[in-house]
Amino acid sequence: MTLSDLFGRLRKDKDGSDTEAIAADAPVCPSRVLSPFLAGLATKQRPVLLDLGPVVGSNVTFFGEEVGCKIFVEDLSADLDRHVREGKVQELPAFFERRFPQESETVDGILCWDIFDHMERSAAERLASQLTRLLRPDGLLLAFFGTADPRSLPRPTYTRHVVVDKSHLQYRPYQAARPKQKPSVNRDIQRLFEHLKITENVLLKTNLREVLFRKPALAATSSSAGTPVQP
Amino acid sequence: MWKRDEGVKPASDVAPSAQPPQTMPGTPQAAPRPQIGRDAVNIGKSVVIKGELSGSEDLTIEGQVEGKIELKDNVLTIGANGKIKAQVFAKALIVLGEVTGNVTASDKVEIRDGGSVDGDIVSPRVAIAEGAHFRGSVDMQRKAAPSTQHAKPAPQAVAAAAAAPQPVAR
Repeated sequence: MTLSDLFGRLRKDKDGSDTEAIAADAPVCPSRVLSPFLAGLATKQRPVLLDLGPVVGSNVTFFGEEVGCKIFVEDLSADLDRHVREGKVQELPAFFERRFPQESETVDGILCWDIFDHMERSAAERLASQLTRLLRPDGLLLAFFGTADPRSLPRPTYTRHVVVDKSHLQYRPYQAARPKQKPSVNRDIQRLFEHLKITENVLLKTNLREVLFRKPALAATSSSAGTPVQP
Repeated sequence: MWKRDEGVKPASDVAPSAQPPQTMPGTPQAAPRPQIGRDAVNIGKSVVIKGELSGSEDLTIEGQVEGKIELKDNVLTIGANGKIKAQVFAKALIVLGEVTGNVTASDKVEIRDGGSVDGDIVSPRVAIAEGAHFRGSVDMQRKAAPSTQHAKPAPQAVAAAAAAPQPVAR
């Protein structure tokens, strides 16, 4: 983000206008892991995708048409905000235990975006454990982790990630109930998903770490035949 | 001769010039009438229906419907005041109000700004506007054969990019 972007954003926020009003000005950044994520899903027959971000119509269209998948939209940022407003943040780990009604190993791809930046370690661990449970063997999980100090941000925001094309995302901030939590270091990220294998780990110039995880096919149960193994 | 012409002309000038303004504003008023009468039916705000609703005309619902709606060859529009708790089967569904229930559309589903859908959508085309609410799953049947997977992405990526608001290149 450039300074002009930042000042422009501040100016609009002072006017009291909704943060979403800046959507058209939101920066477009390259993504190094989206393309391999899509390529991995494309090898699967009628893949199931779980999107943990807010609903973005163009993303639904993109993923639906690009990989012909069934998409579940589960906006966790709304859940987080609700817990913060009700003063029940400490209940988040228990909430994540029962948040996903899907059966184990039924999802081929998960788009976490940067949701882990917004929660404490205990909640993040419980969520990661649930997502690992949902993921099919050889399934993919995409997650972003900020490396910058969240206190440097002018106001707490979530980010709506809009897919521009296979290798670019637009970041559209919108208001959050509380700021991002302490950034996770590499080791924390690895421990968070200890049962998954990191296939891509890229630190962008924007101080965002993009990580692509894959659930090892070796962990597959014998009943999981039919999902091709990606080398 | 001259006097007669002058006398006639003003009268004939006034009439045509006065009539068009009447017909111009009248035309747009008249236009919706045939649509409502012939192709589209409205269910008003105060109407509450519980049960099964089916038909072969385009339908706009501004009231409340609970149960099942079947308009397999027609367009169903849920108006801004419409509240639906039903399974919906339609050719196309346009949502400006609230829908709770699973939706199957053979052509498309559009959730407009302010519209809300809680349920699973099955349709080859789905458009969800910014400001719309959606919770559930979307199942879009892929049109091309699996063998054309690698050739297909380019135009679709362009289409998706075009659908998104103009990005700022960096």
